[in-house]
Amino acid sequence: MTGDHDDPDHPVPTDDPEARARALQSLLVEKEKLSTDAVDEVVSLYEEEVGPMNGAEVVARAWSDPDYREWLLEDGTAAIGDLGYTGVQGVDIEVKANTPETHNVIVCTLCSCYPWPVLGLPPTWYKSPPYRSKVVKRPRRTLREAFDLDVPEDTEIGVWDSSSEIRYMVLPQRPDGTEGLSETELAELVTRDSMIGVERLGEQSAEELA
Amino acid sequence: MDGVHDLGGTDGTGRVSHTPTEPVFHDGFEQRVFAMVMVTMARREYTMDEFRHAIERMAPAWYLDSSYYEHWLAAMETLLVEHGVVDDDELCERLEQVRAGEATVPDRTDPDAAGMMRAVVESGGGTYRGPGEPAFETGETVRVRNMHPEGHTRCPAYVRRAEGTVQEVHGTHVLPDARAHQEGESPEPLYSVRFDGEALWGPDAEANTAVSVDLWESYLRSP
Repeated sequence: MTGDHDDPDHPVPTDDPEARARALQSLLVEKEKLSTDAVDEVVSLYEEEVGPMNGAEVVARAWSDPDYREWLLEDGTAAIGDLGYTGVQGVDIEVKANTPETHNVIVCTLCSCYPWPVLGLPPTWYKSPPYRSKVVKRPRRTLREAFDLDVPEDTEIGVWDSSSEIRYMVLPQRPDGTEGLSETELAELVTRDSMIGVERLGEQSAEELA
Repeated sequence: MDGVHDLGGTDGTGRVSHTPTEPVFHDGFEQRVFAMVMVTMARREYTMDEFRHAIERMAPAWYLDSSYYEHWLAAMETLLVEHGVVDDDELCERLEQVRAGEATVPDRTDPDAAGMMRAVVESGGGTYRGPGEPAFETGETVRVRNMHPEGHTRCPAYVRRAEGTVQEVHGTHVLPDARAHQEGESPEPLYSVRFDGEALWGPDAEANTAVSVDLWESYLRSP
């Protein structure tokens, strides 16, 4: 029995992924290479603890503390590590700041690299062929058509293709009207999309974001 | 390898289906596959580079028509069979048993496993291997080699032969082209190279755009 897309080099039939996953899992458990505890822990870590709220905390700190912002842009790994975030798919992290003159956006054209410790696991659209193929070639059009984001012609767009183990994250601009907000309140304004670079916060006021 | 995974600049791939939020895992299948990959990689049954290359080795039509976690499952099956962790006949037989309702996934407790996985997730596994002796420096113009290796590479096709500027020297990092084929780490200087849109896409480039790509020294030459 083969799938719709037979792959003669693949060791098992290519259809029915659900059953294949169960078959492999049952063998790995039998061979004592996998436990229920390990599976539950990994799933719970990424469902509960590792997500874009971590990156939002980093951004809010950078908005509130100019020295932290400078450190973050100079040595993202260390500044992010200082807040306790590091690990798989984010041992080295660089942060690129948006300004009125420059807009940054991240992608991985070859697979799905994404800064897990600060943004969690990537959304489906980020990992899919349309985004990976388009954003390096026509970033302005892609942001406009897919994300309803009009980046002015005189604002340069810098795309960061994550081809190595260095991970990239965007530092969005601080929205107007947010003076006096605490870091916790600021963090609530920071979206996942703004740290990928498919949304701009600087041009929006706090009321619009709320 | 020149494969369909190397998507940068490909036209006709359809619309981007943006979702402002979505669940971390959509179903039990995604949870199951994600956890199995994380655990088997933590146990060093294969490296990240071998894993990426195993995804790239999927038949092109299958790759494009299957979901992200199906890619992960396919790569894990390939590598665990190639490395002798499971046998392909054994895996096919178990699959038939699962389909017939004659096999289920048993529970297995391992009190140390949770702590071990947390430690692995928190420590990561970086690829930096010291400053090395970089041949190029910040501000220097470089050209990407015209290269088409059959094996794994992290040099995207759309930057090959293009001229760019070194904007940062990252020190030496493990070379994926070597580690994906169990040829050791072979660390090499890694550079952030910035390409003007026009250097990549010619007159079809959008104005005032640039792409930055991390490239290992052996991918580059002086212009």
